[in-house]
Amino acid sequence: MATRQTAGLARLMRAPAIILLLIWMIVPLGMTLYYSFQNYNLLNPAAISWAGWFNYQYFVTDPAFMAAIRNTLVLVLGVLTITVVLGIAIALLIDKPIWGQGIVRILIISPFFVMPPVAALIWKNMIMHPSYGVFADIARFLGLQPVDWFAQYPLTSIVIIVAWQWLPFATLILLTALQSLDGEQMEAAEMDGAGAISRFIHLTLPHMARAITVVILIQTIFLLGIYAEILVTTNGGPGNASTNLTYLIYRAARLNFDIGGAAAGGIIAVILANLVAIFLMRAVGKNLD
Amino acid sequence: MTTTFRALLGATALCAVGTVAAAQDNVTLTIATVNNGDMIRMQQMTAPFTEANPNIQLEWVTLEENILRERVTTDIATSGGQYDVLTIGTYEVPIWAAQNWLTPLDDLPEGYDVDDLVPAVRAALSVDDTLYAAPFYAESAMVMYRTDLAEAAGVTIPSNPTWTDITAAAEAMTDRDAEVYGICLRGKPGWGENMAFLTAMANSYGARWFDTDWNPQFDSPEWQATLTDYLTLMNEYGPPGASSNGFNENLSLFQQGKCGMWIDATVAAGFVTDPTDSTVADSVGFAQFPNKDGVDNHGNWLWAWNLAIPASSQKQEAAKAFVAWATSKEYTDMVAEAQGWRAAPPGTRTSLYENAEYQEAAPFAAMTLEAINSADTQKASVQDIPYTGGQFVAIPEFQGIGTQVGQTFSAALAGQMSADDALAAAQTSTAREMARAGYPK
Repeated sequence: MATRQTAGLARLMRAPAIILLLIWMIVPLGMTLYYSFQNYNLLNPAAISWAGWFNYQYFVTDPAFMAAIRNTLVLVLGVLTITVVLGIAIALLIDKPIWGQGIVRILIISPFFVMPPVAALIWKNMIMHPSYGVFADIARFLGLQPVDWFAQYPLTSIVIIVAWQWLPFATLILLTALQSLDGEQMEAAEMDGAGAISRFIHLTLPHMARAITVVILIQTIFLLGIYAEILVTTNGGPGNASTNLTYLIYRAARLNFDIGGAAAGGIIAVILANLVAIFLMRAVGKNLD
Repeated sequence: MTTTFRALLGATALCAVGTVAAAQDNVTLTIATVNNGDMIRMQQMTAPFTEANPNIQLEWVTLEENILRERVTTDIATSGGQYDVLTIGTYEVPIWAAQNWLTPLDDLPEGYDVDDLVPAVRAALSVDDTLYAAPFYAESAMVMYRTDLAEAAGVTIPSNPTWTDITAAAEAMTDRDAEVYGICLRGKPGWGENMAFLTAMANSYGARWFDTDWNPQFDSPEWQATLTDYLTLMNEYGPPGASSNGFNENLSLFQQGKCGMWIDATVAAGFVTDPTDSTVADSVGFAQFPNKDGVDNHGNWLWAWNLAIPASSQKQEAAKAFVAWATSKEYTDMVAEAQGWRAAPPGTRTSLYENAEYQEAAPFAAMTLEAINSADTQKASVQDIPYTGGQFVAIPEFQGIGTQVGQTFSAALAGQMSADDALAAAQTSTAREMARAGYPK
């Protein structure tokens, strides 16, 4: 429909929005890049000088760096596994017509509305605390020694908290996928003698593949930046046991007030996130034609 | 149209004149402060000040300690000028004063009586004998213990205990089945949390953070003894989950009667003897911060929350008037009159401790004053050191380094690494940070 003229006009009309978005992205990124090559510490702001690649070298050789990369991956993969597997299970369950369906669905979705620091505080003080927590009460009731979750299993605890928060999201997306599954196909398969398991593997799962991909992609983007839960519960510890890349950057910026080092860390995180994104897109993105 | 336009112009001009006039008369002070009890109380008590200075309005920015530190550091380092009065600790004062970020307080009004300030506190807030911040309240550290439990266990804690006494008492008072733990100490990582305690403990063991060439000393036998004994105390006689216990967690454990002893800030004495919050209020004894046999050092813990004026503030005069008022004797009297002597901000003025009414209301007053006065922040270790500061090292890099080392020691407490590994890791990370910061300077 569009003639050459209107196409040009349309481009012109789009330009302001696109330019604004570009500035929005380029300016912070450019400043981060600039600072990452400066020796700039807020506690000694008079001594600003060119640092070359030193900030990068210093960040990468940090004893906590490899641990942070590993923890970031464990965190992302752990939460993804739990949310996708449990998400499918719960979606299958609440897809069936049951009594009180509306209320059950709202209850299942509600963790998503709790703000991350609040959720983390509740988990820390009311659920996992070795003296006051519900888990400790259960352990004592069973005659067991209460587990000090954040000291003994710091990363596992954070995976559990984050998975609890993201499970509703996965469930919701997967449930909508399930609801669009054609009932006649199911019936046909059943009449052909397919069992419940083979119906699930050959019909339901392929049908949900696209939704699962969406869940994985969106969650990965958010999970790479997990920070509030760590700050509130373990502060990255004990040692470096629950320090992820985001938290390592926070440490450089807000505890050491090292703007240069933190900027270098930020750039490294951007590069790594892009690598993960490309890898993910290749691996699972082919479902999204 | 022109008339409307002119009328508008006239109105604008009038407004402008009005604003200028108002700005000359009225000053709004923006005060950044920490959200602890004494500071919140001050906000409710400012009526006499604003009545005496009707042209000064006060605007409060109340923040949690770590957030406050982040905000004011960023603001002052970038000369942001957001705040006219800052609430800062004894750690920041000498560092910021050396950077010329703070206004010297050498011309406080006559009635202020600078000589009444507790000498140790005054020294910690002065650089080259010039005062750079006015103390609002101050604290040191001491042993708080349950007299009833000690009696039942048949131990006596001398008023001047050694670590051997403490260990013996902790062992005797521990009763795990009754959920009574002999000793509660800080384990939560942070330079102001577990490292405040561990640095003071290391001082009392004769250890030091750095030698005179700024080499970290975690490989020294003194540090090894400190950490090993700390871990033994906590693992054998401490509460479960100690690696996440900070000041507040231990306070609540002690108030619930779960700790035999607690070594922490003197300000806690007011809370544990307060019958409305504490179940053990009438059976708390006090003793000086312990030392190791043969080492003449009681940790040198000294902390104060202070009011300071950033050099970048445009409202120096008004800010000075406020700082002088809020840290004056009159303020203390006013609080005492309104809320009782226990509520008076402790630790800053000698006159408070000479006051018979205060001594009666606060049974811990004598021990608190002794602890504060015995803290020497100019020479914290018995060995030669290049730094000042008591339970911290007064260099800008210490926040980062202290927190990192605190994480490592907390991991050792949680049983994730051995004491030797923790010390080695602390040595490496500290040496790395110090090299980056360009030490020795």
